[in-house]
Amino acid sequence: MTTPSQTVGPFFGFALPYPGDWELVPEGHPGAVTITGRVLDGAGEPVPDALLELWTGDPGDRGALGRAGAGVSGFGRCGTAPDGSYRFRTAPPARAYLALLVFARGLLKPVRTRVYLAGVPGPPLDALDPARRATLLARREGQDVYRFDVRLQGEEETVFLEF
Amino acid sequence: MTHPPYLHPDYASTVLRAPSHPPLAMDKDPEAAELTGPVFGRSEVDPLDADLTSGGAGEPIGERIVVTGRILDASGRPVPGTLVEIWQANAAGRYAHERDRHPAPLDLNFTGAGRCLTDDEGRYRFVTVKPGAYPWRNHHNAWRPAHIHFSVFGTAFTQRLVTQMYFPGDPLFSFDPILKSVPGAARARLVSALDLAVTEPEWALGYRWDVVLGHTPMEEA
Repeated sequence: MTTPSQTVGPFFGFALPYPGDWELVPEGHPGAVTITGRVLDGAGEPVPDALLELWTGDPGDRGALGRAGAGVSGFGRCGTAPDGSYRFRTAPPARAYLALLVFARGLLKPVRTRVYLAGVPGPPLDALDPARRATLLARREGQDVYRFDVRLQGEEETVFLEF
Repeated sequence: MTHPPYLHPDYASTVLRAPSHPPLAMDKDPEAAELTGPVFGRSEVDPLDADLTSGGAGEPIGERIVVTGRILDASGRPVPGTLVEIWQANAAGRYAHERDRHPAPLDLNFTGAGRCLTDDEGRYRFVTVKPGAYPWRNHHNAWRPAHIHFSVFGTAFTQRLVTQMYFPGDPLFSFDPILKSVPGAARARLVSALDLAVTEPEWALGYRWDVVLGHTPMEEA
């Protein structure tokens, strides 16, 4: 039987974050994009103690934990700031989307979603009500910056996925 | 069902954080990014990171323990080379975290964070001290049973697991809404076993705890 999930709790901050965890590519990497946004609860309040993990689907040639040097890693991790914000710097993904996991106090198991940077999500996501589907689309804010908020609950609740 | 639900009102923080829509079941797509996962190089993890008693100038206070087990996939096959991260309170029930307000002493010789990669047979092994129980503000007179937080990767992002390992026979189990959020029959999977074969005579008690990851979607059941 599968081992059950339990919440990450509020006190992971001295253990799981690591230097450069949010930087899948070093600063100045050609074509790098930044994904940023906030994690919000059902009252619209920021979640200051969430941990996000980003996965591009390609391990790349840079360490997942050791961030020294150049190259591209497929994995990143970012704890939210007091205002619920997070950020990742990544190479443009080979796919239309990035896989995202969110852990937090109050989440007994993580929520998972996808950040679509370009293109329209295929099935089964294309069958979603357009307003719900829009929660999966990152909004371009600058040449290399995309905004993607995660709403855990409520009217604009992000579409969460199960595999 | 193995996993707890998102909404478990006895654990108050779930009320505003649990999604209200059920997750959308994705189609089986062999190209999905989520069917792969990060790979961790041996050089990325210091072997000393598996000994949580070694980081300070002296030994931490508390009952020294060994915690070991295997990381297995849903078919029972060991998962080698995967990252296991742990964190915990010290023996007094206090986390080395700035927002932990429990008025119990910090231990300058104990941070309470460790990590390792599993060996070729999927085994992990940590040396640490037994964490203390501690109060939390979920409800009046709320106390968490002693536990160690575990984070495990596996071979696919769909297998990613964060959980908590408990110690056998803890009288706080029946009062803990976080453990009790797990459907009854599955709760025992979160409780380690005292194992004299893991125990090191005249040195440390040993606890054994295996972790079984979920199915990956393209895997034969």
